[in-house]
Amino acid sequence: MEQMLSLFVRSIFVDNMIFAFFLGMCSYLAVSKNVKTALGLGVAVIFVLCVTVPVNFLLQTKVLGPNCLVEGVDLSFLAFILFIAVIAGIVQLVEMVVERFSPSLYSALGIFLPLIAVNCAIMGASLFMQQRIGMDPNSSQYIGSVWDALVYALGSGIGWLLAIVALAAIREKMAYTDVPKPLQGLGITFITVGLMAMAFMCFSGLNI
Amino acid sequence: MSKLFSKENKAAFMNPLNLDNPVTVQVLGICSALAVTAQLEPAIVMGLSVTVITAFANVIISLMRKTIPNRIRIIVQLVVVATLVTLVSQVLKAFAYDVSVQLSVYIGLIITNCILMGRLEAFAMQNGPWESFLDGVGSGLGYAWILVAVGFVRELFGAGTLLGFNIIPASWYAENGGWYVNNGMMTMPAMAMILVGCIIWAHRAYNDRNAKK
Repeated sequence: MEQMLSLFVRSIFVDNMIFAFFLGMCSYLAVSKNVKTALGLGVAVIFVLCVTVPVNFLLQTKVLGPNCLVEGVDLSFLAFILFIAVIAGIVQLVEMVVERFSPSLYSALGIFLPLIAVNCAIMGASLFMQQRIGMDPNSSQYIGSVWDALVYALGSGIGWLLAIVALAAIREKMAYTDVPKPLQGLGITFITVGLMAMAFMCFSGLNI
Repeated sequence: MSKLFSKENKAAFMNPLNLDNPVTVQVLGICSALAVTAQLEPAIVMGLSVTVITAFANVIISLMRKTIPNRIRIIVQLVVVATLVTLVSQVLKAFAYDVSVQLSVYIGLIITNCILMGRLEAFAMQNGPWESFLDGVGSGLGYAWILVAVGFVRELFGAGTLLGFNIIPASWYAENGGWYVNNGMMTMPAMAMILVGCIIWAHRAYNDRNAKK
């Protein structure tokens, strides 16, 4: 339990997807112009992460890992293809289910759901999960069960949501400032994210 | 032969290098551009891998473009890219193990690199294999030079080395009685963002001035 809590907090603040690993940068920069859409995309990312990471965890430990399907065979080189297929498939499936049972949520998420299939944060979380299975069980980054994987996915998703909402709020205010012309738009956004990342660096010593 | 290097083909190759740069203008593939550039060597390897994968994915998709059903094209593209990435990752593990450990998950993340999907969707689905190949190499190199530029600055100022060789003379360092101290901030992720921001700034200012002339 304690280990899960520490994993959760670590994945929100210390191993933040945006500020520590730069994952999901493309949609992060493109969809952070106002807070409302940023929140919608953030929720969609949390949702998809919480489904795909546990599924990929099961796939990695039950099918791909050494000695799982056939004795003495390590299939983990197939991970890239299988993970991306699972992600694309699940996003499609989630889209259909949400459309059928909750049209209001579906229209709120809109274009973001299909876009998420190619968001690197989703693929990145699965790949980090694959790395962390092999870690020392006492480390606070270790993922040893489906529940650990779920907690890790939830934490990373919340970290991503926090980052995108914060940037969107800053950009809304920044619309009123006088930025040099070539720096406008993308340039100043990068520098802002850099400063935010510096602020998040102070969490790096966090230990629970 | 002259047809192979016609004006349009040259444009397909040259534009992504400067005017239509995937990183600074189209804002594609930022994630890996920032994460692997703390040193020069992984930045070069990453740039080359992306160039190879973009070029060949473009060729394969453009050969199949007439037979791919429109509805499932994203999945087909993802599978082609994922196969190529698996090949590159295995080759790197076999011949350059140290670098592949440094790049860790970012090689796998080439699959979701937006440059690939962007070029496949925007170019390879409409054009023949040779044009697509040129476009892929151009886009890859346009991405690679930004990576190398960022990697160069970060390694030089962050660690005082380039490709692992000491550039800053040892006698300059403060611990040997000199005046120089490495800027540890450069190796932090935050600095990568600010550097890329500055490159975009300079690049846009330069291109705006040229466009006005």
